[in-house]
Amino acid sequence: MGMPVTIEVIDPSATEGLFDTVFKYFEYVDGKFSTYKENSEISQINNHDLELEAATEDMKTVFELSELTRLATNGFFDILHNGFFDPSGLVKGWAIDNAAHILCEKGLENFYIEAGGDIQVFGKNSQGNNWRVGIRNPFNIDEVVKVISVSDGGIATSGTYIRGQHIYNPKIGDQPIIDIMSVTVIGPNIFEADRFATAAFAMGYEGINFIERLHGFEGYMIDRDKRATFTTGFERHVLHD
Amino acid sequence: MQRNQSRQGFDLGRAVKKFFLSGFVVFAFIAYVIHERLTNPDASLTSAPLTPINAAIPDQSSPLALAPFPPNSSSISAGPLSATSSPLASAPLPTDTPQTLPNSPAASSGLYKDGTYKGPEIDAYYGLVQVQATIQSGKIANVQFLEYPSDRRTSVEINNIAVPYLQQEALQSQSASVDIISGATLTSEAFMMSLQNALNSAKN
Repeated sequence: MGMPVTIEVIDPSATEGLFDTVFKYFEYVDGKFSTYKENSEISQINNHDLELEAATEDMKTVFELSELTRLATNGFFDILHNGFFDPSGLVKGWAIDNAAHILCEKGLENFYIEAGGDIQVFGKNSQGNNWRVGIRNPFNIDEVVKVISVSDGGIATSGTYIRGQHIYNPKIGDQPIIDIMSVTVIGPNIFEADRFATAAFAMGYEGINFIERLHGFEGYMIDRDKRATFTTGFERHVLHD
Repeated sequence: MQRNQSRQGFDLGRAVKKFFLSGFVVFAFIAYVIHERLTNPDASLTSAPLTPINAAIPDQSSPLALAPFPPNSSSISAGPLSATSSPLASAPLPTDTPQTLPNSPAASSGLYKDGTYKGPEIDAYYGLVQVQATIQSGKIANVQFLEYPSDRRTSVEINNIAVPYLQQEALQSQSASVDIISGATLTSEAFMMSLQNALNSAKN
């Protein structure tokens, strides 16, 4: 994944060792699932040096979750692209979710973990309020266009504006998504939010309707005309100036 | 034996009487229905107004409120002027103001006094609707919508029958402080590798 990870813990019981554990877990996931590392397990599978049947349990789990997500999104989420497996549209959220569970098991209740713009929050921030999460303006990355309030849940944004066109609609091949800029999804946890944000973005304009139909999810889509479309319950999360 | 026969004859006579009596009743009913149809052809068109009819402003007493519009001549096809709440919600609303109803049979019968008549504000669920009718030479010359909620976001969505639950807004920068920012990946190996490749090719 190769991206910055940020952890903020409010609970005074947090220790340096706990932070180290979580950061090491992310390094472990990166080493296994990065398609940019030649010796990663996913690269070995793509190079046919390793059969999936012989892969580690974590790899099998990610492939199973990817297949379930492909079915749940009518094929719009697909880790198979041009003959190569790239599960990055789901691994990040899955890893954050697992890391959050490590902290929960240690008794922490108020914290967030952010990796590459995807976020899992628990409890309250340092002021005792819900966490305040900004949605980045895809046309100006120094700007926030929406501030939402979340206590327990995941917030994921899928988009093209930083890395270039890195998400494709698997149903129409190599044609990049150009009509929408980003989709932000609020879900019960970051694993769910991340995978459905990826799928919704691949659907283009139709993606926000897909999120609307998902129970327990809200979405905020920004299109190329600098217009935002959002789901019925999204406004409940919005903080106004 | 004989008794049985005579009884049968008696029963037969009563049956014939019953037949003629019931036949007469049926015939009379059919004749009544045909008579009603012939003398009042509009009855079936005006049978179901949804709300009480009170369209005209009371300072000029006018039969306008009682007369149905022809059902196929305009988008306000519901009949009486004020009974428009449910048809307006489903039918496209005319956006150009004047609407003429030149072939109205009610108008041609010369029942109307010249003048301008406002209907009451009717709650069409998503907003108030009010129309105004103009009568010239005893005929309906214009029907205008004084009020309909096209300026409201919800009504526009209902009128367009487009994605009824989703809402839209223009992007606007927010100044409130935030704890975290959600966005697509800021830095990545892909970005770095792409940049590196670009720089490499720029060298040669």
